[in-house]
Amino acid sequence: MNKIIEKKFFSENVVKLVIESPDIARNRKPGHFVIVKTGKKGERIPLTIAGADPVKGTINLVIQIVGVTSHKIASLEVGDEISDISGPLGKATHIEKVGTVLAAAGGVGTAPLLPIIEAMKKAGNRVVTVLAARNKDLIILEDEVRKHSDEVIIMTDDGSYGKQGLVTHGMEEVIKNEKVDLSIAIGPAIMMKFASLLTKKYDIKTVVSLNTIMVDGTGMCGACRITVGGKTKFVCVDGPEFDAHKVDFDEMLMRLSGFKEQEAAAYKKYIAELS
Amino acid sequence: MENLKDFYKRERAEEWRAEIRKTLKTKERTLLERIQMPAQDPDVRNHNRTEVNLGLDEKLAMEEARRCIDCPNPTCITGCPVGIFIPKFIKKIEIGDFLGAAKVIKETNSLPAVCGRVCPQEKQCEANCFYTIQLQKPPVAIGFLERFAADYERNSGQMAIPEAGKKNGIKVAAIGSGPASLAWATDMARFGYDVTVFEALHELGGVLKYGIPGFRLPNEIVDIEINNLKEMGVKFVTNFVVGRTATIEELREKGFEAFFVASGAGLPRFMNIPGENFTGIFSSNEYLTRINLMGATLDGYDTPVTLGDNVAVIGGGNTAMDSVRTAKRLGAKRAMIVYRRTREEMPARVEEVEHAIEEGIEFMNLNNPVKYIGDNNGRVKKMVLQKMELGEPDASGRRRPIPVEGSEYEVDVDVVIVAVGVSPNPLIPSSVKGLKTTKWGTIKVNDDFQSSIEDIFAGGDIVRGGATVILAMGDGRNAAVGMDKYIKNKIKK
Ligand SMILES: Cc1cc2nc3c(=O)[nH]c(=O)nc-3n(C[C@H](O)[C@H](O)[C@H](O)COP(=O)(O)OP(=O)(O)OC[C@H]3O[C@@H](n4cnc5c(N)ncnc54)[C@H](O)[C@@H]3O)c2cc1C
Ligand SMILES: Cc1cc2nc3c(=O)[nH]c(=O)nc-3n(C[C@H](O)[C@H](O)[C@H](O)COP(=O)(O)OP(=O)(O)OC[C@H]3O[C@@H](n4cnc5c(N)ncnc54)[C@H](O)[C@@H]3O)c2cc1C
Ligand code: SF4
Ligand code: SF4
Ligand code: FES
Repeated sequence: MNKIIEKKFFSENVVKLVIESPDIARNRKPGHFVIVKTGKKGERIPLTIAGADPVKGTINLVIQIVGVTSHKIASLEVGDEISDISGPLGKATHIEKVGTVLAAAGGVGTAPLLPIIEAMKKAGNRVVTVLAARNKDLIILEDEVRKHSDEVIIMTDDGSYGKQGLVTHGMEEVIKNEKVDLSIAIGPAIMMKFASLLTKKYDIKTVVSLNTIMVDGTGMCGACRITVGGKTKFVCVDGPEFDAHKVDFDEMLMRLSGFKEQEAAAYKKYIAELS
Repeated sequence: MENLKDFYKRERAEEWRAEIRKTLKTKERTLLERIQMPAQDPDVRNHNRTEVNLGLDEKLAMEEARRCIDCPNPTCITGCPVGIFIPKFIKKIEIGDFLGAAKVIKETNSLPAVCGRVCPQEKQCEANCFYTIQLQKPPVAIGFLERFAADYERNSGQMAIPEAGKKNGIKVAAIGSGPASLAWATDMARFGYDVTVFEALHELGGVLKYGIPGFRLPNEIVDIEINNLKEMGVKFVTNFVVGRTATIEELREKGFEAFFVASGAGLPRFMNIPGENFTGIFSSNEYLTRINLMGATLDGYDTPVTLGDNVAVIGGGNTAMDSVRTAKRLGAKRAMIVYRRTREEMPARVEEVEHAIEEGIEFMNLNNPVKYIGDNNGRVKKMVLQKMELGEPDASGRRRPIPVEGSEYEVDVDVVIVAVGVSPNPLIPSSVKGLKTTKWGTIKVNDDFQSSIEDIFAGGDIVRGGATVILAMGDGRNAAVGMDKYIKNKIKK
């Protein structure tokens, strides 16, 4: 169960795993995620299903190494089994023909965005995608994104690839050039916050996929709670996608840092023990 | 069929029981004092995680068993939701037949080691004991004796595994692996069904594992019970979220004839007061899950939890007591219960409240948080409490707490745990079309625990809202009977 059958590094810290998981592969839809745990003492972390093959019974995960658990999962090799995967969780993306969709991804956010643009394109939308990252090495899945987009704009912070600038610069360029009916932004919380501020200015409906801290992923604990439109919501069951203009991003950023010192210390210790 | 009263009477008339009654006069029995449960010293146990109650030894158990006067009308049984033959098992203990006692209990209760530890006896069996009702004396320690018999059997190496019935090849499934499901699975396997239990989490046992801490109910005890079920042929599938990993419809296609939904009341409630989303504020479910299920703070485990000197727990139920006593064990200097009513109204088991007091937990009764204050990083640092007073009784019969205007004051906190109740888990109700629910989100069932969809039965907290382990188990057993009846009728047609 949960055997890794393919592994590929997109960059030093971003890895794609193809995993045998037939039930999840059959039932997942764009927007869904899984909770993954490795080893008896491991932590449960959420990861978006970046693609699936229902015939082969496999799902794809794209993981950015940021701490102990993502490192442990990324260190598994082809043939290894991941002890626990549960899902598909969360609400699927609402796919509909709206006209022009402006999709924006920051860093590893491209992975969760991919199945969504694929579905949006299939539904008959014009899809314009902005991919942004710190530098060229961190731009991932470009070919796949091109396959499902009518137009792709690439932005890097240092200008090492595409245009130099932030994701919001790329987005604004599109907004100024054509009528955008819906925007989707996925990436680090801070990126989503600024993308949301931008589209609010232009009054463009925007969907974000939130990556809060989670434990169970089934609505049981409330670790993933955030405020949307003044009400507390659980990202794992009410989301992960929400109307960006109603999300309290500052609160979300604050909640994401809830275990920051502990996590940093644990990672340091873990890396020290590795070497 | 003879009625229960006649059955009790016939059993009571058996020679061995008549004999044992004669060994001591009823009057003398009633003069015996209730034994004390040996327990770890409060100042030791509030620094470790091992079980608080150490259990009775054979001598103590036999001594306590003598107090039971083997009533002709055993009112205690009416207080037990699964109707354990209480005097019969207690008299078996009195004659030293401990395995026999365990066997009697297991005729109606498949998890006695669990219930003996966590049942609110003071509201159930012991509340209805002759001593309580007629003599106004401490009741026979039915719970302690039940636990003793179960532990004795488990440690004897001769644990009786219920026999699976002759296989009928009919596939049935439970959703969730808490006590309701475990009781249901035992009976269905006994009836000969091919039983599968699906669990969303990576561990089995439901609240028994992720909620109730090891110092009250060691995980090994739950694991042993689950292993016995495995020996009976029950299949368990973890990491399987029914409604997500597969829908009930898909499971029907895979040949499951009927379903028992026992998905619990897992959705935590918050109070929706300002600042409740600051970091350092947890639901009791999150706090206990991180520690009990995920091993936070244990060596080598990756899941973090926040520690602090001042920990406040909001609420007065079992969940609140478990959280606050856990916080104390993790080193809190001040571990506080903030409860808006008084000790009399607390829904927690009396023993837990007593243990908490012994362990140095501070009780701030007649207080309610109205707001939290955070630091610049969004971490909670103070709670604002408002004093309360009790007014007229409300619908639940408990006196309604009324805020005292202008009584607000601040208390320093590093961690806050909100334990103000849970709602039914909406995952199943929302994923099955046509499944009728109440306005509280619980699944509607008839007397056979059958829902509005004929092949779906339900029981435990998903039907009752937050209830108890033994009520959940009782539902599981009744649902098994109901489901068996339903399947047999269907085959006949
Ligand atoms: C619905 C959902 C889908 C997700 N999908 C993916 C995915 O497809 N690929 C992927 O790589 N990650 C994804 N994430 C984020 C992923 O779960 C976290 O990166 C992971 O939990 C980190 O665990 P760790 O133990 O490796 O690091 P930790 O030790 O937990 O964290 C290390 C550092 O990263 C920061 N951090 C922790 N969690 C997050 C987060 N959620 N977002 C931003 N920073 C964080 C912390 O502040 C900390 O400083 C998703 C999250 C959610 C909620
Ligand atoms: C901290 C705490 C302390 C308590 N203390 C006591 C006590 O001392 N005495 C007492 O009598 N009662 C106590 N209770 C209450 C008691 O534990 C519950 O009433 C009882 O566990 C309910 O049993 P259940 O089988 O209905 O559900 P649960 O034990 O809640 O189990 C439900 C299971 O279903 C799983 N599930 C949910 N949805 C799905 C799905 N879609 N697919 C697959 N699996 C799913 C869940 O993950 C869970 O494991 C306590 C509760 C808590 C939280
Ligand atoms: S199961 Fe609970 S209520 Fe019944 S006898 Fe045992 S302790 Fe009492
Ligand atoms: S009511 Fe009390 S004394 Fe009477 S049989 Fe039951 S436990 Fe014994
Ligand atoms: S992760 Fe526990 S409720 Fe969302």
